[in-house]
Amino acid sequence: MLVLIKNGRVIDPGNLDGIVDILIKDGKISEIKEHKSGVRGQGSRVGDQGSEVRIIDASGKIVTPGLIDMHVHLREPGHEYKETIKSGCLAAAHGGFTAICPMPNTNPVNDNGQITEYILNKAAIADTVRVYPVAAISKGLNGKSLCEYGELKEAGAIALSDDGNPVSNSQLMRRAMEYAKGFSMPIISHCEDLDLVANGVVNEGAVATSMGLAGIPNAAESTMIMRDIALYELTASHLHIAHVSTKESVLAIRNAKKRGVKVTAETAPHYFTLTEDTIKGYNTNAKMNPPLRSSQDREAILKGLADGIIDVIATDHAPHSYIEKEVEFDQAANGIIGLETSVSLSLKLVHDGVISLTGLVEKMSTNPAKILGLNIGIKTGRPADITIIDPDRSYKIDSSKFQSLSRNTPFNGWDMKGKAVLTMVGGKILFDEI
Amino acid sequence: MLFTKKDILDMESLSVDEINLILDTADRMKEISIRPIKKVPTLRGKTVVLFFYEPSTRTRISFDIAAKRLSADSLSIAASTSSIVKGETLADTARNLEAMNPDIIVLRHSSAGTSHLLAGLVKSSVINAGDGMHAHPTQALLDLMTVREKRGGISGLRIAIIGDISHSRVARSNIIGFTKMGAEVVITGPPTMIPKGIETLGASVSYNVDKAICNADVIMMLRIQKERQKSFLFPTEREYSKVYGLTKERVENARSNVLIMHPGPVNRGVEIAYEVVDGPYSIILDQVTNGVAVRMALLYLVSGGARNAGAD
Ligand SMILES: [Zn+2]
Ligand SMILES: [Zn+2]
Repeated sequence: MLVLIKNGRVIDPGNLDGIVDILIKDGKISEIKEHKSGVRGQGSRVGDQGSEVRIIDASGKIVTPGLIDMHVHLREPGHEYKETIKSGCLAAAHGGFTAICPMPNTNPVNDNGQITEYILNKAAIADTVRVYPVAAISKGLNGKSLCEYGELKEAGAIALSDDGNPVSNSQLMRRAMEYAKGFSMPIISHCEDLDLVANGVVNEGAVATSMGLAGIPNAAESTMIMRDIALYELTASHLHIAHVSTKESVLAIRNAKKRGVKVTAETAPHYFTLTEDTIKGYNTNAKMNPPLRSSQDREAILKGLADGIIDVIATDHAPHSYIEKEVEFDQAANGIIGLETSVSLSLKLVHDGVISLTGLVEKMSTNPAKILGLNIGIKTGRPADITIIDPDRSYKIDSSKFQSLSRNTPFNGWDMKGKAVLTMVGGKILFDEI
Repeated sequence: MLFTKKDILDMESLSVDEINLILDTADRMKEISIRPIKKVPTLRGKTVVLFFYEPSTRTRISFDIAAKRLSADSLSIAASTSSIVKGETLADTARNLEAMNPDIIVLRHSSAGTSHLLAGLVKSSVINAGDGMHAHPTQALLDLMTVREKRGGISGLRIAIIGDISHSRVARSNIIGFTKMGAEVVITGPPTMIPKGIETLGASVSYNVDKAICNADVIMMLRIQKERQKSFLFPTEREYSKVYGLTKERVENARSNVLIMHPGPVNRGVEIAYEVVDGPYSIILDQVTNGVAVRMALLYLVSGGARNAGAD
């Protein structure tokens, strides 16, 4: 069967921006043609060669290369009651993502080829979005010895990270960066100085003080980012900074980029949308690591996104059940789910004039693909991994309808403008609300 | 005025009028405590559960006596005997407790916000008897009562709170309570123990103990915990007591009618000198006495006391 996406504005940064029609055949983009007005509406018709053509009318919508969330936590193996690979993939599809990168902090940890293969097998059975596993930097995420990157790469791991735990030992981090270079695998660093964090659970400042909660200073993140940038300069490998949350972190990355250091960085929708005020009333659905910060930090993140210092928007999708969240605040698990709210929250940046639509596609598709070495884009011959976004669709976030098995989001009930309305992977439509 | 609060969770949520009503009620309750027969039938048939996840003999006994003087049935659950050790969450325990229809749950817990969590889960009234570093409203109310009793009012007084402000729910609740009632609060202690943004609660910060003491009407000392040395908050008890302790000499330099308070338990010879604890300015035992009265007042008011007053 053929699929024709018509009348949409196609944005593929550096390649295409305009109203063109995309013909998809056998899961691949077979033709990109000058838009011909005329045929409106959904449906099928008989194509030139006599085969049936499914027509998708994307009038008023944005057609982009498939969105990639390069930082998610699926809980399989180990905590399948929070999320399985399948439920996580479905959540991704419903959120407009065609590919996701699950972090290795499962149980057992993804620190060997067998676990990587297990994850990829489960993903193949789920047969939805593409899954590119991130494997551990150190055995068991314990920061003591290197994993076998050669085996992991061969099994299908795309990058390395001890996410959840920082790599505290600077020598191990240096060697990991150097060793990973041999396999062209980026190191994704969760930057956190555990001594400075101590028993902190929220951002250090007036809100923490008035709530009687132990604080985490900005320096717990920014000092480690500075260390990792220094190690990057020493090793010239490939460093990507996960979940940037503080203004000092943005400044450190800005300074590094200014002097030509090719480090890349991501932030998550909650850091550019919310501040520490969201935890008031001991809202455990606003508890994550790094914590929500001050409004000045949020401003710095927005500016970093606007001027390209922050390359990527990734969700750090972290499913937890109510068992981990309906508890004392300091004992509640860190993290919120993000796959099914990310596009809408990011579109708010576009509506607010922080980034352009092109900027959004760069941060959610083009840049993650570049960092991970994935060959995507709206070009003939490429797999038809495509997301269609309706930037004006108004709706209310309803977490009870999520595909994710978990409900830990601070955004439930929010009125949003704009969402992903169609997700296609390899020509197969996984989600259609167009 | 009617008291309509279901729960007593912190000092932020109490209005000036409500605080005055609580203190006035406590004054009347104190009178019961000095009668030969220290018991009234006011809360007969009511059940008060004292739910203590953190050991605190003093506060628990104070609540227990308060409940008994009002003829309520009180029972204590300590963390070691409750099911929390078996992996049941606080929410589970709360729902189980709720099923037995207690009227009031008094909660002490080492995690901030736990009373808020519990209050949202149960229909019973919840009284916060201290939650982590967050709040200890009954302590602040008994401190307000004691100062008001000694000075005839709160407004215009200058209160110096000295010690480990960071870890102190007593300091937080007193800063809010005293400033709400028109007093001025200055806090002082090692800079390692002054938390960021504490000014937003209404206190001013000074790093000079002598200056803070010399023009204070009330000096409130906080307990210093030896374990804080491990997180590098202060070097030794010896140095702490020299630099931040309330010595006889410091008291001599204070105002002639200064009041000295301490929420207890006291580390004699560390944050406060032996002779100061028992000295003429100390009102530490008045605090303990008034603690019972304030807790009686709160048990009475959250049970709808003022609403049912005619029926008693
Ligand atoms: Zn992380
Ligand atoms: Zn993460």
